[in-house]
Amino acid sequence: MADHLLEVRNLSVTFHTVRGPVHAVRNVSWHLDRGEVLAILGESGSGKSVSASAIMDLIDCPPGQITSGELLFEGRDLLKMGREERRDINGKRIAMIFQDPLSHLNPVYTVGWQIEETMVIHGTPRARARAETLALLAKVGIPNPGQSAHKYPHQFSGGQRQRLMIAMALALRPDILIADEPTTALDVTVQAQILDLLEKLQAETGMGLLLITHDLGVVAEVADRVVVMNGGEIVEQGSAAQVYANPQHPYTARLIAAAPGKGEMPPDRAPAPPLLAVSGLCKRYGEFTALEGADFALAEGETLAIVGESGSGKSTLAKCLLRLDEPTGGQALYKGADLFRLSPKDLFRMRRDIQMVFQDPTQSLNPRMSVYDLISEAWVIHPEILPRAQWKARAAGLLAQVGLLPEHMHRYAHQFSGGQRQRIAIARALALEPRVIICDEAVSALDVSIQAQVIELLADLRRRFGLSYIFIAHDLPVVRDFADRVIVMQGGRIVEQGSVRQIFDAPRETYTKNLLAASLDPDPAVQAARREARHAAKVPA
Amino acid sequence: MADIAPVTPAEKGRLRSVLAMLWADKPAFVAAIFLCVVLVCALIGPALLDAVATKQNLRGRNAPPFDLSKGWLLILGGDALGRPLLARIIVAAQNTIAIAAGAVVASMIVGSALGLVAGYSRGRWAQIIPRLADVIMSFPSLLLAVIVLYMLEPSAANIILVLAITRIPVYLRTTRAEVLEVRERMFVQAARVMGASDARIVFRHILPVVLPTLLTIATLDFAFVMLAESSLSFLGIGIQAPEVTWGLMVAQGRPYLTSAWWLSFWPGLAIILTTLSLNLLSNWLRVALDPQQRWRLEMGGRKNG
Repeated sequence: MADHLLEVRNLSVTFHTVRGPVHAVRNVSWHLDRGEVLAILGESGSGKSVSASAIMDLIDCPPGQITSGELLFEGRDLLKMGREERRDINGKRIAMIFQDPLSHLNPVYTVGWQIEETMVIHGTPRARARAETLALLAKVGIPNPGQSAHKYPHQFSGGQRQRLMIAMALALRPDILIADEPTTALDVTVQAQILDLLEKLQAETGMGLLLITHDLGVVAEVADRVVVMNGGEIVEQGSAAQVYANPQHPYTARLIAAAPGKGEMPPDRAPAPPLLAVSGLCKRYGEFTALEGADFALAEGETLAIVGESGSGKSTLAKCLLRLDEPTGGQALYKGADLFRLSPKDLFRMRRDIQMVFQDPTQSLNPRMSVYDLISEAWVIHPEILPRAQWKARAAGLLAQVGLLPEHMHRYAHQFSGGQRQRIAIARALALEPRVIICDEAVSALDVSIQAQVIELLADLRRRFGLSYIFIAHDLPVVRDFADRVIVMQGGRIVEQGSVRQIFDAPRETYTKNLLAASLDPDPAVQAARREARHAAKVPA
Repeated sequence: MADIAPVTPAEKGRLRSVLAMLWADKPAFVAAIFLCVVLVCALIGPALLDAVATKQNLRGRNAPPFDLSKGWLLILGGDALGRPLLARIIVAAQNTIAIAAGAVVASMIVGSALGLVAGYSRGRWAQIIPRLADVIMSFPSLLLAVIVLYMLEPSAANIILVLAITRIPVYLRTTRAEVLEVRERMFVQAARVMGASDARIVFRHILPVVLPTLLTIATLDFAFVMLAESSLSFLGIGIQAPEVTWGLMVAQGRPYLTSAWWLSFWPGLAIILTTLSLNLLSNWLRVALDPQQRWRLEMGGRKNG
């Protein structure tokens, strides 16, 4: 059995908390061979990162405790080794990269120095380390390595920082690279590049790559084999294609079914008179133009998606519409009145009609207010909606509408899971009986299966109340399922807009095409075909 | 729908649940009892014991403590004029608590109100108010006190005024700094989207987040103010004899420290215990006010980290 490069056998880890012991993982076994990509797939709280943390000796003991199991690296049990020996393996033989590269790079040293340092610590002479650093930077695709080595982490973009982290991890030519959600914080096009880079480097060095992710698309793109985890246990493992095509466990089947982007696209709607018509909207911060000349219209009962990568100005657009930020120019006609020129009194009245659901419900719900206080605040501010005597009943009704129980009213936001919190935020928005809800990345922070539920809820509310949505997202498959029309933004400008079918089936602009090509399909077969096409396109060039 | 942490029934009577939470934190419970005793002493002490506390007894000069032969009143010993320390401490509680509480409450209210304005508004006041705090901070507080009390009559009200002014910047700066951060949080933006007025955002959303910090500072300040008051008394511009405070008693006992330690020790102990109790209680209050921490108390006092 010692043939595997890394093997985890019957690992169980328990965390001791005040509320009793939590079994983070139970009897987990998997293995990784040289030159192989293994993905551990799971939603938040499934324990997918715990076994990797155990390998890297990153579990805090106490409160964590490894209660059973073996971690065999080249046949030797890591858990039976001394501190010194493990430190020698960690970083040198087994390296790790993380989700958020900025917090793992020291801001006060140049990146070149930091990469050099990794090698110097493990015994490489300074001069050779320097030369190798430059070679590494070139290898991971950092432009102009000689100059870049003297720059600080904040001078790089998110994708470049992840490349730097990879360079640092590869500095000592590890046998195993563990990547914990390496592309979650990145834009789709950058994600595609990083995955491409990881694949290329792995092919070159023959290392084993362990990829921890929640994203079926990432698995489909790079993984050879996949381990599916749920609630601290492995529910299924096998080759990526086989697991996708023929899931054995009901949880895996549910997870695959919940992946967005497979349903029928909605038919094009007949043109309707606009509820909200925006023209020439622009916003400048000093010299910097965040938003320029945005023109679009939103019809009654329509869902308009705004997609784009970070920095494309989509959130600025939402903030301007809600007057959280004052626009520099342009107008937005809502029911005939210009939103940007309302008197304070009219603005107050408008607040009822246009509501917002924020990205992170943990932050958008006041932690010191109970659910009832959160929902009823709407009626405190706008007393004309509902007489006080009916508040309790209506709050209970709203909670039922978003799929929660009326008893939940007296609890606080932290007592709910992420998806439930977003439901509370939606209930709060509904309390004002709005006509338009602006969702700013409202489902991006949620797990796939929860995401599907929340989208279902939003669609249901649209049917019942004829709500219009402005749905800001970076995730194209979700948009494809949910929206009627799509606006594609880049660098503060609208580059293309049209119905979902037009955008997804026949994109006109190169940027839109790139965006669509970079977004990952959960089906490994589809991803493989796309990869083929990409390579075929590259070879003649 | 996955598990949600169980919630204790909220409807079992507010007072009872508060008391249950207090009982769960034993040190805070003892502290609360001690503070109640101090409060009772402050309220009815002077009325009952004023005569005893000011009666001189030259045979009992610097009488040592724990000696019951001269009567139970001298159990903590007597001061330089033979007045029983126990009675004097009880009588002094009134002035001490009144001055300290007055100064702390006044500076906290004024300081945090100014801090809220300075942190929340983006106008001219956001610039002016912090400079005001700088001006007060740059002026030695004792010098300010000496000047003010030299010109005004050194009454309790004026001492409160002086002490309050010198402590305002502490609250002002803390509040402003916290408001600047909380103002940008998502839930404040969410409230604005709903159309909440500025007053509502400040008092309903921002203040509750800042308040625990302010209360913690206030309890620490309580001790500071008691000692500051005693140094004013030491300079002869604070409370004047025959009026008495704990700080003044400490100061009066100083010349006898080598021969009769108990003159300064007992009032000093009273100051320490009061401050400590306030600290424990504010610590409890911070947990009890935070919905995310409250379960620690509701679980019956099992502590963690």
